[in-house]
Amino acid sequence: MRRALPASLVAWLLLALAACGAPQGQTVLRFWAMGSESEVLAQLLPEFERQHPGIRVKIEQLPWTAAHEKLLTAVAGDSTPDLCQLGNTWIPELAALHALAPLDERLAASKTLSRADYFQGIWDTNVIGERTYGIPWYVDTRLLFYRKDLLAEVGYSAPPRTWAQLTAVLAARVKDGKGERYGILLPLNEWEPLLALAIQQPEPMVTADARGNFTSAGFERALGFYSSMFESGYAPLVSASQIANVWTEFGRGYFSFYISGPWNIGEFNRRLPQELAGSWETAPLPGPDGPAASVAGGASLAVFRRSQHPAEAWQLIEYLSQPDVQVRFHELTGDMPARRSAWDAPAITADSHARAFREQMERARATPKVPEWEQIVNEMRIVAELVARRQLSVHAGAVELNRRADRILAKRRALLAEGVRL
Amino acid sequence: MTRGTVGLLFALPALTVIALFFFVPVFAALALSVTDFDIYALADYHNLRFVGLRNYLELLSNPLFWRALGNTLYFTAAGVPLSLCASVGAALLVNARVARWKGVMRTALFAPVVTTLVGVAVIWKYLLHTRYGLINYGLGKLGVAPIDWLGDPSFAMPSIILFSVWKNFGYNMVIVLAALQNIPDDLYEAASLDGAGAWQQFRHVTLPMLGPTLLFVSIMTIAGYFQLFAEPYVMTQGGPAQSTLSVLYLLYEDGFKWWNLGKASAVAFVLFLMMFAVTALQMRLSRSVAA
Repeated sequence: MRRALPASLVAWLLLALAACGAPQGQTVLRFWAMGSESEVLAQLLPEFERQHPGIRVKIEQLPWTAAHEKLLTAVAGDSTPDLCQLGNTWIPELAALHALAPLDERLAASKTLSRADYFQGIWDTNVIGERTYGIPWYVDTRLLFYRKDLLAEVGYSAPPRTWAQLTAVLAARVKDGKGERYGILLPLNEWEPLLALAIQQPEPMVTADARGNFTSAGFERALGFYSSMFESGYAPLVSASQIANVWTEFGRGYFSFYISGPWNIGEFNRRLPQELAGSWETAPLPGPDGPAASVAGGASLAVFRRSQHPAEAWQLIEYLSQPDVQVRFHELTGDMPARRSAWDAPAITADSHARAFREQMERARATPKVPEWEQIVNEMRIVAELVARRQLSVHAGAVELNRRADRILAKRRALLAEGVRL
Repeated sequence: MTRGTVGLLFALPALTVIALFFFVPVFAALALSVTDFDIYALADYHNLRFVGLRNYLELLSNPLFWRALGNTLYFTAAGVPLSLCASVGAALLVNARVARWKGVMRTALFAPVVTTLVGVAVIWKYLLHTRYGLINYGLGKLGVAPIDWLGDPSFAMPSIILFSVWKNFGYNMVIVLAALQNIPDDLYEAASLDGAGAWQQFRHVTLPMLGPTLLFVSIMTIAGYFQLFAEPYVMTQGGPAQSTLSVLYLLYEDGFKWWNLGKASAVAFVLFLMMFAVTALQMRLSRSVAA
């Protein structure tokens, strides 16, 4: 690591020099990207720069953990880049800040991009008040990872499709090992599993007049099902930091189900022992009565309103959205492509673990599109933990969560009441 | 030029810096705390309103704030005495006439202070691990059932306290050590001639002589412990069930995670007032004791 530092410094200096030395008439695009995606982008860009000799792309890497704060600070300080990779739950927030450029006109004029090729639920996360602010880049959703062999041990040859079936398998799994062995891992510091169950319900979690709607029958059903997992001893009362290594524990059979996202396909392939390679699979998330929705996640590409080069930024988005580039991107990162046409590539159809994701993606649903959503979902996790620890009943938890959501949304309600367009 | 203006001119650069980087931000924050500055106001300043004391009132009616305050007081009330005892104890040991390897011991006991918090927090997380941790392994040898140190709401704060005391006591130890070495030997000689034992010497010579140092050290430690943030941020993220959420952690989340700068500024001022009150009380108490 220590040795790599000077080398990377030199690389940065060279990059900086290259950026300064861009010949006259060349446009330099500033592109903010995060995590592992930002690391592989460099391999995709030479081809783009070859096709567009007038454009050079400067990638600026942000770590995921600091990206949100950095983006808000950039908006406050008028130092936003030309385009950016955005977690799609952040779009409502940045749209509320008037930081993003609407893309509808460019989209209508585009020869290579069409809305029909995208998963509907995922696309929907980019649309705020009938304007499109982002183009999905890669997608993710939460579904069930499970151990085929452990299910077979208790007489199940297929994954559960309904909540009732899931409960039955879990009961059979933990029957002779209560407290020692569990059925499913639902880390208490993650809100995603409960959110995935809640989004299957017909009622919206936030109403159009900016009120919490967590006392609906549907949400209480989801919260009740979630907390019953802990009460029946199917799920351990732990947060992720207490599980030293999720993959080791999954391999040991400490639990047989895990609700997680596509990045774990790669992790499980790498980290599980060789003899378990064929004994795990993915399955669509069980619903109250049959396979149901899950959370529409992933990241989009967005152009900032203050960009001086929106047309060039759009060209880069079009390039990164081409099906063959998306397939190459999938090979480099393991991220799921956003376009259905990219999913037909042999590299992806050959992977049995990816199939369930394709099915789940068709049913993915957007979370409520208010800027306060991250704050609300954080409260949801806190209240859900209290319910799981039996400090609150399910109904009292729903009422409490509603109260907290209403308080968070108070300003939005006041602005709406004054007729401010949000 | 009179002497006064010359003095002022010399002080001017420092005063300018303090005014610019301390008083201006503090007054800006005070002004911010009576507005509802949030993401909507960042988008359009027309959405910023004056709300008077509403941020403060809402804060006082927010159970989470009281929870955070309770946790912070728990941490301070338990952590400060423990930390002071550990510092004085360690200083006495290192200063003892019979002690060998004084330099090495001093360095070893001071080492936690200069190590990176994040680094040692990771090591402590391993030590405290329920199933593979060294602490539970040791307790298991004594027949104690495994304790879920960082995952059980009633053990998480004690774990954080233990960690903080270990991390911080070395700093105060060095200050106390310096004070100990300043106590003239003839006081001990006189005491032992009068027949005072070791405990009586400690009680009637060492402690009174350490008085001013202990006051200083306790004020600094309380002020530091009130600002509990990094330990829970790294080790528990305020969990489990908010048992390690501190006032400063609440401020950080409100201000930098949710961008509710109005509310966060109110939290900052409440915290400031509390620390101010506690310090004033301490000064008064020490003065009346001294009188």
